[in-house]
Amino acid sequence: MSSILDLDLASARSALQKKEVSAVELTETYLSVMSSNDHLNCYITSTPEKALDMASKSDHRINSGDALPLDGIPIAIKDLFCTDGVLTTAGSHILNGFIPTYESSVTENLWENGAVMLGKCNMDEFAMGSANTTSYFGAVENPWRSDDRQKSPLVPGGSSGGSASAVASRLALAATGTDTGGSIRQPGSFCGIVGLKPTYGRCSRWGTIAFASSLDQAGPLTRTVRDAAIMLKAMAGHDPKDSTSANLQVPDFESALTNDVRGLRIGVPREYLLDGMPSEIEKLLETGIEMLRTAGATIVDVSMPHTKFALPTYYIIAPAEASSNLARYDGVRYGLRIEGDNLDDMYEKTRSVGFGAEVKRRILIGTYVLSAGYYDAYYLKAQRVRSLIKQDFDLVFDNVDVLLTPTAPSDAFAIGENDDDPIKMYLNDIFTVPASLAGVPAISVPVGLSKNKLPLGLQIIGKMFDEELVLRVGGALEGMAGFKSRPAGGA
Amino acid sequence: MSLDKGTVKRVAQLARLRLDDEQLEKTAEELNKIFAWIEQLDEVDVSNIEPLASVTGHSLPERMDEVTDGNYPDRVLSNAPDRASNFFTVPKVVE
Repeated sequence: MSSILDLDLASARSALQKKEVSAVELTETYLSVMSSNDHLNCYITSTPEKALDMASKSDHRINSGDALPLDGIPIAIKDLFCTDGVLTTAGSHILNGFIPTYESSVTENLWENGAVMLGKCNMDEFAMGSANTTSYFGAVENPWRSDDRQKSPLVPGGSSGGSASAVASRLALAATGTDTGGSIRQPGSFCGIVGLKPTYGRCSRWGTIAFASSLDQAGPLTRTVRDAAIMLKAMAGHDPKDSTSANLQVPDFESALTNDVRGLRIGVPREYLLDGMPSEIEKLLETGIEMLRTAGATIVDVSMPHTKFALPTYYIIAPAEASSNLARYDGVRYGLRIEGDNLDDMYEKTRSVGFGAEVKRRILIGTYVLSAGYYDAYYLKAQRVRSLIKQDFDLVFDNVDVLLTPTAPSDAFAIGENDDDPIKMYLNDIFTVPASLAGVPAISVPVGLSKNKLPLGLQIIGKMFDEELVLRVGGALEGMAGFKSRPAGGA
Repeated sequence: MSLDKGTVKRVAQLARLRLDDEQLEKTAEELNKIFAWIEQLDEVDVSNIEPLASVTGHSLPERMDEVTDGNYPDRVLSNAPDRASNFFTVPKVVE
């Protein structure tokens, strides 16, 4: 049965503007499937009243001929973006009851474009995780079910797991995510949707709760590449309140979607083929290579020799920055406070109760690598290796236009799997972390199914601020892959 | 190198985190595994390589040093777990 939920963002936009459906009708439909799919745990907070109010204002603008680009489009917001007057948790107990009195720049941009907020999405605590199992508000379920693991629910990936599961489950038309080492792209791959990490600096970080400031970047999770282009256009833009925000014109990303890859040089870095990697991942990559070659692109074998050092480098730099950023949670200005005998006692009790195990682990790693005597050996060393990793990208982009790699080394796994082995969990981000360290844009596009009948994505990585080409190649790949499979769960 | 329980305890104190004896033991074990894995960075020759702190490639913008925001103490204090008039409160630190 065809339903209003089958419309992707671009089709919903056109149905709204042609008045075939009203914003209120569309929003009510989403609110109703959200409440009947509570078990997926995609949302920490639903905002139905706000949503209906925003939708009716959208209808008013549409009816008076003043429609904004995203008018009436119901979307979900990762709970890392501060939203004025709406509980914001970062998936953590330490922000207990925190209601911001300001709006993040990215969400402000979305509302100024007419988008409708359905609610705030579950996520790994402070965006630290690759399975959405570290949230104080419980694990998120992936709507996909494995053929051979019928009974055990699967992870949606992380850290933007609630956002990814909501989009894949049709509990939102699109969602915002944030990506520090793969937190948009890996869940995109696990949930069979599109996940785009823009260039560092493309979207403002202002009002987005910080994890690792030199890496954090907001981006969209959507059903199609076109939807990602539409969302990014609305989210991006220069913001004087973020000193690392790029002072560049935001292109019309949608007009880059020509599907034409003829004459493009597409690099496949040989270091992304790992020993012991499931053969289906390698096969998927070969499928992608063949599609792009058939479409007229030239495939180039390239080498990026420092790739294997990206993940250990990341696990010094990201925790170091996190330990500084998370020092602010002290029980004084907002969130949880556990009273103590003196100031230090209050700090320690508050932070010990408020933070979960993974967050504590990373704060400890970060504090250690920044501490006297270890700073040079770990932190400075990691920053030097980061230079080499960035250099790999600079050099390879002299020779090719974009890179094609797998997004993740596996399909979605069961909730609870890998939880007891931090390094195994960290390895999920092996293909996404290098682009994060270099700051370059990358997209994950669903291309095929694993032998367990679960989605698998391929990643297109581009040059700094060349989202247009990333989207163009991503769109071409999407068209050729024709990924139409739908998850068993969700609406 | 390896982290003993004492080192983990000292680092936890720096980070204002409290770990009991059992947690110290477990955390030391986990961190040792993670740092053993990180040690593969020793293979990389970084002599004459500058550390990279920012990928933006541009210097930070400057602005006039002037007040552009403020004068709403109630908003600033609206999330305080405890307040006294227009102030945040902490346990007594001076006798």
